[in-house]
Amino acid sequence: MTKETKELKRPSGRGLTEMRQMKAKVGVVPNADGSAMFTFGNTIAIAAVYGPRQLHPQHMQDPSTGILRVNYDLLSFSVSERKKPGPNRRSQEISKMTEFALLPVLDIKDFPNTVIDVQIYIIQADAGTRTAGINAASLALAHAGIPMKNLICSVALGKLDKELIIDLDKDEEDFEGGEGPTDFPLAKIANSDQFTLIQLDGKIQPERVKEIIDLANKACEKIYEVQKKALKEVIEQ
Amino acid sequence: MSSMESSNLTIETLKRMFEKEKRFDGRNLLEHRKIDLEFNVSNKAEGSARIRIGKTEVIAGVKLQVGEPYPDSPDKGNLMVSGDLLPLASPRFEMGPPDFYAIELPRLVDRAIRECGMIDMEKLVITPKEKVWTIIIDIYPINDDGNLIDAATFAAVAALKSTTFPELNEEGKIDYDKKTNKKLPLSKETSPIPLTFYKLGNSLVLDPTREEAESCEVRISFGISIWNKQLMINSCQKSGAVPFSQEEIENMMQIIPKKFDELNEKLKKFF
Repeated sequence: MTKETKELKRPSGRGLTEMRQMKAKVGVVPNADGSAMFTFGNTIAIAAVYGPRQLHPQHMQDPSTGILRVNYDLLSFSVSERKKPGPNRRSQEISKMTEFALLPVLDIKDFPNTVIDVQIYIIQADAGTRTAGINAASLALAHAGIPMKNLICSVALGKLDKELIIDLDKDEEDFEGGEGPTDFPLAKIANSDQFTLIQLDGKIQPERVKEIIDLANKACEKIYEVQKKALKEVIEQ
Repeated sequence: MSSMESSNLTIETLKRMFEKEKRFDGRNLLEHRKIDLEFNVSNKAEGSARIRIGKTEVIAGVKLQVGEPYPDSPDKGNLMVSGDLLPLASPRFEMGPPDFYAIELPRLVDRAIRECGMIDMEKLVITPKEKVWTIIIDIYPINDDGNLIDAATFAAVAALKSTTFPELNEEGKIDYDKKTNKKLPLSKETSPIPLTFYKLGNSLVLDPTREEAESCEVRISFGISIWNKQLMINSCQKSGAVPFSQEEIENMMQIIPKKFDELNEKLKKFF
């Protein structure tokens, strides 16, 4: 086991802190008020924003603020075993976590009784779907002109046995041996120290969390650049 | 989790008190209420437990079934955690389809138990690739006075530890009335401790009462265990629309080892 540890190679051949190629494109759903696509390697997420618009049923309206409503889901054929269409507990949880991740930068108090709907769908899944979805949604909200203090950048950190890595793919999520795989998706407000999504599954020593956050900070700088470039492209068109 | 149910006055008062490290019941911000644990509270279950943390009470029960393994884990038994926020336990809980909190609670318990590896899932196989034991943990709050996630995790783990297999008859069917002395294949070293931090303003609080919990802006739940003699965080989830700063996260990483030891010490007498 220790021998394997020293020579740990990522299945994809990437360096330990090397991210997959990212792509971002804004304006991919013409009907939507704002939309974007974001990819980490083979993981492709698209997001569309509709609103602010009148919220129905009426009793759900909030006269003090607009409401953010996120729906995240996998397309049925985006994973190896077909996913039954429609929400399940996992997708409902991720939808809510995505709302929590995005809300801190949104200024929607000026849209009382309205809802801003964010629809996120994963077209092709190779791990990191929630983080790609958050990056796409952040872009789509900006594209829709929703008042925002900043962008949200999101990436999955992780650990294979004892090695910290960035941007896990599916082969790495299924890694076996040693301390196993750890999946640590994070989202933060760009250029800040404020984390808006924190989830974790696996095994990690508390004292190593600082290391992983430092890696996340660096990764999010790169994501932010990709996001900014995509937004500029749509404005210049 | 939202502060919708607490008045602004309550929230502001608690915020000021927390800043001075004070609570209505006189505890420190990171101090737990009295914890009490009881086993075998329902005798048809294969295992069960009741936890009391202050006035919060949760019952968890384990039922065992024989089933097929999941296609992605043909050599492992199955674990299911479910729960229901009974309207019995709080004026806040209502009948009907589960809201987000009711979905999240069993998922957090599931991850704390599954990810620490306390159950040797491979030993739950009866006939390889065909027949395995399925462990179903059901969690029911009886009285919600805050810190429900941690209480539910404690109760679920305790119920697992008290679980014994029922007998299988010649046709391989379970005879629930015949219990054996055989316990579940659980690790001796590894057992998860839950720890949920609640945040209001700049203060972090543990084991809140319901009033405190409803006044807080965000929480973050951890599942922690010892694995190969090392302290490991196995699961974590932030819930709520307020961020945590890097400094706050690092601060929690300092608190976790101390609280882990303290809670383990408190629980030792029950096992």
